[in-house]
Amino acid sequence: MFDGLLTITVFLPAAVGLLVAIFARGENSDHQIRWISIGATVVTFVLTVMVFVGYDQDLAGVQMIDYLERWIPIDALRSSYLIGVDGLSAPLVLLTGILGMAAALGSWRIKKRVREYFMWLLLLQTSVLGVFVSLDLMLFFIFFEFELIPMFMLIAIWGSGRPRYSAMKFVLFTLTGGAFMLVGILAIYVTPGVNTLAMVSIPELGIVGIPELIAGADLVVPASLIFTFFFIAFAVKLPLWPVHSWLPDAHTDAPTAVSVMLAGVLLKMAGYGLLRISLGFFQETKGFTIHDVAGYMAVVAAISVIYGGIITIRQTDMKRLIAYSSVSHMGFVMLGVAAVGSSAAETSTAGLNGAALQMFTHGTITGLAFLMVGLSYDRTHTRHIPHLGGLWKKMPLIAIFFLVAGFGSLGLPMLSGFVAEIMIFLGTFSVWPWATGVSAFGVVLAAGYTLWMVQRVFFGARPASPGISDEVYDNLTDANWVDMIPVIALAAPIFIVGIWPSVVTDMFDIGIQAVVR
Amino acid sequence: MTAQDFWVLSPEIAMAVLALVVISVDLVTRSMAKVSTVAFIGLAVPVILTLNLWNGWFGDPATGPALFDTFEADRFSLFFKFILLTVTAGTILASAKYIASDRMKDYGGEFVSLVLLSVTGMMILVSATELITIYVALELTALPVVALAAIHRSKQGVEAGTKFFVLSAISSALLLYGFAYIYGYTGSTNLHVIMERLAVLPTQPGVPFGSYAVLLSVIMIVAGFGFKMAVVPWQMWVPDVYQGAPTPVAAFLSVASKAAAFAVIMRIMYVAFGDANLMQDWSGLFAILAAVTMTLGNTLALSQSNIKRLLGYSTIAQAGYILVGLASVPANQVGATSAGAGPQGVLYYLAGYAFTNLAVFFAVIAITSRTNDDSIAGLNGLLKRSPLLAGLLVFGLLSLLGMPPTVGFMTKVVVFGAALNANLTWLAVIGVVNTVIAAYYYLRVIRAIVFEDAVDESKFSADKPILVAAGLAAIGAGVFGLAPFLMLDLAEKALSIVPAMITG
Repeated sequence: MFDGLLTITVFLPAAVGLLVAIFARGENSDHQIRWISIGATVVTFVLTVMVFVGYDQDLAGVQMIDYLERWIPIDALRSSYLIGVDGLSAPLVLLTGILGMAAALGSWRIKKRVREYFMWLLLLQTSVLGVFVSLDLMLFFIFFEFELIPMFMLIAIWGSGRPRYSAMKFVLFTLTGGAFMLVGILAIYVTPGVNTLAMVSIPELGIVGIPELIAGADLVVPASLIFTFFFIAFAVKLPLWPVHSWLPDAHTDAPTAVSVMLAGVLLKMAGYGLLRISLGFFQETKGFTIHDVAGYMAVVAAISVIYGGIITIRQTDMKRLIAYSSVSHMGFVMLGVAAVGSSAAETSTAGLNGAALQMFTHGTITGLAFLMVGLSYDRTHTRHIPHLGGLWKKMPLIAIFFLVAGFGSLGLPMLSGFVAEIMIFLGTFSVWPWATGVSAFGVVLAAGYTLWMVQRVFFGARPASPGISDEVYDNLTDANWVDMIPVIALAAPIFIVGIWPSVVTDMFDIGIQAVVR
Repeated sequence: MTAQDFWVLSPEIAMAVLALVVISVDLVTRSMAKVSTVAFIGLAVPVILTLNLWNGWFGDPATGPALFDTFEADRFSLFFKFILLTVTAGTILASAKYIASDRMKDYGGEFVSLVLLSVTGMMILVSATELITIYVALELTALPVVALAAIHRSKQGVEAGTKFFVLSAISSALLLYGFAYIYGYTGSTNLHVIMERLAVLPTQPGVPFGSYAVLLSVIMIVAGFGFKMAVVPWQMWVPDVYQGAPTPVAAFLSVASKAAAFAVIMRIMYVAFGDANLMQDWSGLFAILAAVTMTLGNTLALSQSNIKRLLGYSTIAQAGYILVGLASVPANQVGATSAGAGPQGVLYYLAGYAFTNLAVFFAVIAITSRTNDDSIAGLNGLLKRSPLLAGLLVFGLLSLLGMPPTVGFMTKVVVFGAALNANLTWLAVIGVVNTVIAAYYYLRVIRAIVFEDAVDESKFSADKPILVAAGLAAIGAGVFGLAPFLMLDLAEKALSIVPAMITG
């Protein structure tokens, strides 16, 4: 079976990136490279919309499958090229399409080594899309790890501050997590009775996936250990306290568009993995199920939410502040997943749906926030909050959309963040009232740090000893139409999902129902 | 000798003759270009003869025991002969310009023929099924390398040569000691006979390997070959020799010598000590060696500032990963993958490693021969100075690191999977943790190449032959990474020596 749409969607950015890198030459090629690369992300966006819309919700299951059975047809590692989307991955594919386009548009002003920059950015998009559509564990792992190379280059070459240190830290953290995941994958694969790498069952192709086979199988390594291996990988990537420390560095030093991609979709690879693998595989394993540890997950989630929130308030660098807020927000994803400890199906699916939706909304909201920081920084050349103030008069558009991101982040009703968080609380409260109750203060903290920052940067009077000279201040300009395209592209989903959540929640629900059996 | 003996031994004979031809050509023409050309084209003969033994082109390839049961050209040995011949071809290509340089041109012919002689020894070594033959082949392998390491007659070169000579002598002594014990205990030097005798000799319960004599002999044998495999704690010579010896020699040593040593240790272990109980015992020994080797090799590599020393430590670490495959014996199988996953992984790993490491070393040779600077800082800004070489080197390093989807990643996956299959979860975990440690120093080199600014911005490119050699090696690494089954199928066919593979 080979539908082809997904394969094209996934590999189009990489193909364009590589072709451009190889063939674009000459004095004025930079401008063409920008246009071609942006064009590629726009086409990819259209393709992801086609994937999202084309998914038949009545039919459910895995759709748009591309399958080549004999990719690595040897006994020691029987791996197939198997990609497809279901309700869980389709919205994330769409999210990657949106953010990939926003990131490419937001890179308009990159001047340094343009050809390489767009090549890496496009390769990054391909690897993220690949993670979301892979249904073969080895393929999943390869995409999951491959993303490190573009990220390493993007942060280290085009970053600011201490880019090389941050890039290295990012890679080492993720690689450690990935290494553990690899052991987990192999342990599942070599187990008698499993001996497959298919992540889901696809009846029409005769594929029986790990979730079914692993139930009751005698794993060669204790199931709790395998679960831990996967969990470490996802906890690093999400990131959860106490393995989050790479995130603020990577974000602070990365160029704007890369921050957008990192917060917007790269962290979601971990959330997706939690749902698809940690939850999907470990419900009926022998001697261990995910329900056994849901309580611990709730506790770690609560710590991440509160710890992340408190640290965030203290930040004086705008970008670092938003980076830490991600720790807090991704803690909510973990909290939603912890709802699986509930015995009642409706509460646990509410929490899980909330977690999935939180991934989507955090992608757009935080992506928008980073974009706005980038626009502001381009003009003021500082991100140090005490140096700023009174920017509202000079750049009202930037201020407004910064506020949109801020309100989305603190969970204002009618914006998408509210829907996700309320679903998580509803799902998790009956199971883990204490952890949920504590985490609810995360919302208060979020209100504190976002509003306080917006107030200091945009509204308050200019500080007595401003970091930007009067001359610079007087010449500040607002965002122009080129800047506004990616902003609108990210702001629109925040409103749409806030007002009409079922656009994506119906979809996620199909996916979640299939994962929870 | 019978006609069959000649057939079975034909690649080795061709190799030895080639060495003599090369030195004669050198005598007549004194043109290093001709020497290299003759050697490279002449390699076609042993390659064709080896292919003949594998495929049986010229009639039935009677590859069974020959030369009074001391030698066997089975597919296992042929697999390694292909690797060795590939490495030789690469080495000759890569050293073409080197031997034509001013300080080398008087010894160029000797250089090439010494390489060929050493390879002849290795080819005999991987086929030998008898302890004395193994020993003699080993000496033939090592002595030319001593001369190669010291061929510059510089202070460093002589030091490297002396070091290598002394340590080879010690390792040979250990080996002979081990051989003597096993001969004394079983009364035979033939590996097959040793296995038969061990099966009937009485065993002491509670003693590893059933008796102290066998235990001692196995430890001595492993120690002896440990030097050649560059396994901790017998690794001390590696960085010094790699740094001191000419880089083409280091490249040759790091791949060919290692592959041959792994081949012979596999054969001894699987053929002479292939009983299921014995297998479990030596599996434990190799598992510990693997853990120590990986960890120490990687940790020591972290602080290196010389690229050749760093690669020296990196090859030690790589030997550790290969040992993981060696420790994953069929007798311990708990998983569902085929029982031969461990030995198959060793073969795949060695083949993938050969291509990758050659690409890296050749790129380094090409670069340092232009910059005359073998510190890591000397690689700064290489991407701007020589994009092609920089690309090759980065690709090779990513593969050594094990970044998907390179061959380095695939080989590690197969080897670690085999470890889990053989109930060695702890070893697999240590292995993957090590790949992360290793990432740090490989990335440090990549960082220098890609991000740092060069002091000297002048552009340069490499000589054609070495570029071709490095490019082909990289292409090999790429192909076997994207299409692992090509190599794994061959490796599976080559598992004839593993007992579980013969019966099952």
